[in-house]
Amino acid sequence: MRKSNNINWTKKDLLDLENLSKEEIELILQTAASFKEVSTREIKKVPALRGKTVVNLFYEPSTRTRISFEVAAKRLSADVINISTETSSVRKGETLIDTGKNIEALRVDIIIMRHNYSGAAVMLARQLKASVVNAGDGWHEHPTQALLDMFTLREKLGRLEGLNVSIVGDIAHSRVARSNIWGLMKLGARVTVCAPKILIPPAIEQMGVRVSHNIEEALAGADAINVLRMQFERDKEKAFPSQLEYFKSFGITKERLKSAKKDIIVMHPGPINRGIEISSDVADGGNSVILEQVTNGIAVRMAVLFLVAQANDYIKTKK
Amino acid sequence: MKLIIKNGHVISPADNLNDVCDIVVQDNKILKIGKNLKEIADNTIDAKDKIVMPGIVDMHVHLREPGREDKETVSSGTLAAIAGGVTTVVSMPNTLIPIDSIENIKLLKGIIEKKAQANVFICAAITKERAGRELTDIMKFKKEGVVAISDDGASVDSAEVMLKALKKAKDAKLVIICHSEDKFLSASGVVNLGFTSTKMGLRGISKESEYKRVKRDIDLAEKINASLHITHVSCLESVEIIAKAKKKGVAVTADTTPHYFALSEEAVWGYDPNLKMNPPLRTKDDVLAIREALKQGVIDAIASDHAPHTENEKEIEFERAEFGVIGLETELSCAITYLVDEKILDMSELVKKMAINPAKILGINRGTLGVGRPADIIVVSKDKEWVVKKNSFHSKSKNSAFLGKNLKGVVECTILGGKIAYVNTNSHK
Repeated sequence: MRKSNNINWTKKDLLDLENLSKEEIELILQTAASFKEVSTREIKKVPALRGKTVVNLFYEPSTRTRISFEVAAKRLSADVINISTETSSVRKGETLIDTGKNIEALRVDIIIMRHNYSGAAVMLARQLKASVVNAGDGWHEHPTQALLDMFTLREKLGRLEGLNVSIVGDIAHSRVARSNIWGLMKLGARVTVCAPKILIPPAIEQMGVRVSHNIEEALAGADAINVLRMQFERDKEKAFPSQLEYFKSFGITKERLKSAKKDIIVMHPGPINRGIEISSDVADGGNSVILEQVTNGIAVRMAVLFLVAQANDYIKTKK
Repeated sequence: MKLIIKNGHVISPADNLNDVCDIVVQDNKILKIGKNLKEIADNTIDAKDKIVMPGIVDMHVHLREPGREDKETVSSGTLAAIAGGVTTVVSMPNTLIPIDSIENIKLLKGIIEKKAQANVFICAAITKERAGRELTDIMKFKKEGVVAISDDGASVDSAEVMLKALKKAKDAKLVIICHSEDKFLSASGVVNLGFTSTKMGLRGISKESEYKRVKRDIDLAEKINASLHITHVSCLESVEIIAKAKKKGVAVTADTTPHYFALSEEAVWGYDPNLKMNPPLRTKDDVLAIREALKQGVIDAIASDHAPHTENEKEIEFERAEFGVIGLETELSCAITYLVDEKILDMSELVKKMAINPAKILGINRGTLGVGRPADIIVVSKDKEWVVKKNSFHSKSKNSAFLGKNLKGVVECTILGGKIAYVNTNSHK
C-alpha cells in the first residue's frame, strides 16, 4: 500500500515542524497521500493501528481538530478515548505530567494533546514513553494543521518548491502561522506574512519570511493565501483594529482577489468568521479549498499517527 | 587549634599572592603565609597541585527562610554554599516573610545564629513589603548589621521613592542593590523578547525593561552622589550605560551571574523551565558583552542569584513555572569553565570578581588572605571535571540551568572561620 521510502521515520512524537527535516515532512505527506484513498472506500478502515489505544487529551475547546484526529485514529482501527479538561481531574489540580503518566499507565500508545500553553507537548513528550502528537500548543505550533495545508497545496498545484504563499491575519498569536512558516520554508516555498503591525511578532523575519502590512502587496504574485481566523475574543486590551476596520483593510474579498493570480488558492484553517477575515463569496467560491483541507486533514493525521506508532514500536523493541 | 594548608598555589590579589606557599590558621584567623613553613599544627591539608584562594563572597542569594523552608533553609542553603566554595552569602529580603522590619531582621538573625553553616549577611528591603511605596527603617537596619538594601524581585517603580531611598541609604552608608526591571515594559513576559519569544510563541521580556531602569537609577544616584549596585546585569545596553556612568565617576557597581556569561537564549528553546529566569537569557551578542564587561571591569562582581524552587514549581508548563535557578554549587565551576578557560579572566581576576570586589561593595571584612583576617579559605582542583546532576546538589532544590553540563573546577575543601567546614567526598567530582 505504501511506497517504499529512502528515509525512515524515527521519532516517537510529532511536536513541531521546526525540528523536522525536509525529508521527514515529505515522508508524512507521501504517507498521507497513500492513506487518502482509505476514506473513499465503502469500508473506510485499515487495520494499521488495530490494538492501539489513542487518547485525545484536550485542554482547550476544539471540535474540528479533535474530531479529525478521532476519525483518523478510527480509520486506522485504533481505540479512541476523548478527555477534555471539563471532565477530568485536571480540575482538581492535577499537574500535566501526572495526568500524562496516569494515561500512560493505562497502556495508552498515543496521546494527542491540545494545550493552551506553548511548549506543553514538548514537555509532556520528554516525560513519557508513549507517543505525543501536538494538536496545538499555545501560540507555538499546530503541526498537523500546517501539514494538511501543505498537503492540500501540493495536491492542487503539484509542488511546494518555489510557490509564493501569503499568510494573513493574527500572526502574533497563531500556532498555525508558525507551523506553516517552518514547513513551507523547509519545502522551498516563499512565505509572506501580512497583518497590521500589532499582529506581527518581533523579529519574525529571522524565520525567513517577508513581512507586509498591505494586503494588496501580499496578494500580488501569491500562488496561495492562507487566511487565519481573527481571534477578537482574546483581544482584552482592545488593541486590535475593530472588526469592520480589519475587514476593510485586510479582509479577503472577491474585489481584492481581482488583483491576484486568477487561480490563487484560498485556504483557511477554520472556523471561519464570514465578513471579518474573509467574505462569503470567497469562502464559498471557486478559489477556496477550505473543505478539501478538512478532508485532507484525515489523511494527514492518519499518516502522523501511523508513523509515530511504528517508530515507537521500534524504539520499544530495541530496549 | 592550628591548621596548616601546605603547598597550594595561593591566589589572593588583595595580598599580592600568586605563588605556591603555605598558610597557617590559628583559631579563626590567618596567622601566617609563607614558603615551606615549619609549623606544628593540629591538622594539615595537603593542597599540592591545587588552588588555595579566599572563600567566595556571593552577594545575591535566596535562602527562602523564613517562610519557604520547602525550597531552601538557612541551613541547607549555607551547606550548598560551602560545598560550592562560597563562605559568605548575602541573603535577599524577598522571603515569604519579607525582611522589611527590625522585628523580621531579628527573626532572621536568630535563625542564622542557630543554623547557618556559612557567613550570612542580611540584605533588607528598601520599602515595606517590597511594594515600592513606603520606605523601611533604613537607618536602624544598619545598626542591626544589615549590609545592603534591595527590593529584589522587584524594582522601586516610583522615581520619587527611589530617590528618597538613595538619600537615606547614603546617610546610612548602605548600598542599594537594584533589580532593574520596569514591569510595565517587561509585562508578563517569560523569555527574551525577539526571535526567541516569537518562535516559541511566548510573551517576551524586552531588554528595554532592564536597561531603562538601570539608566533611571543611575541618573538618580548621580543626582545626589549616592552609590548604587546593579545586580544580575544581562544585556549589552545595560553594560554600556554602566560603563558610561563609571567613566563619569558615578559610584555605580554591578554584578552578573554565571547563566548570563555562560548561556544564551538558544538554551531555552526546548522549553526547559530550569532555564527560565528573570531577566531572561539574552542573545549571543549580549553574552559576549557581559564577558567583555567582566574583563574590562565594567562588571565588578559575580553573584549566583541562587533561587531555589521545588520540582512542583518547576516541572510544569513553561509559562507557569517559577523564575530562577540555583547557583551556589556551580558558580565557581562556571567561572572557571566559561571565563578562565576561555581566557576572559585569569584566576587572580576571578578572585577579585568573586571575593574581593563583592566584599568591598558591601563593606565587609572578607575576600582576602591577609594575616589577622578571618580564615575563610577554599582549596580547589581547578582542572578537575565533573558532570552536573540532580544528585550533585546539597541545596534542597535542584533547579540548575547547568544540569547535564560538564564543568571544570571542583571545591575540595572549604575552611570557614579557621575550621574545616566541607570536604569533597564525591568520587565523581
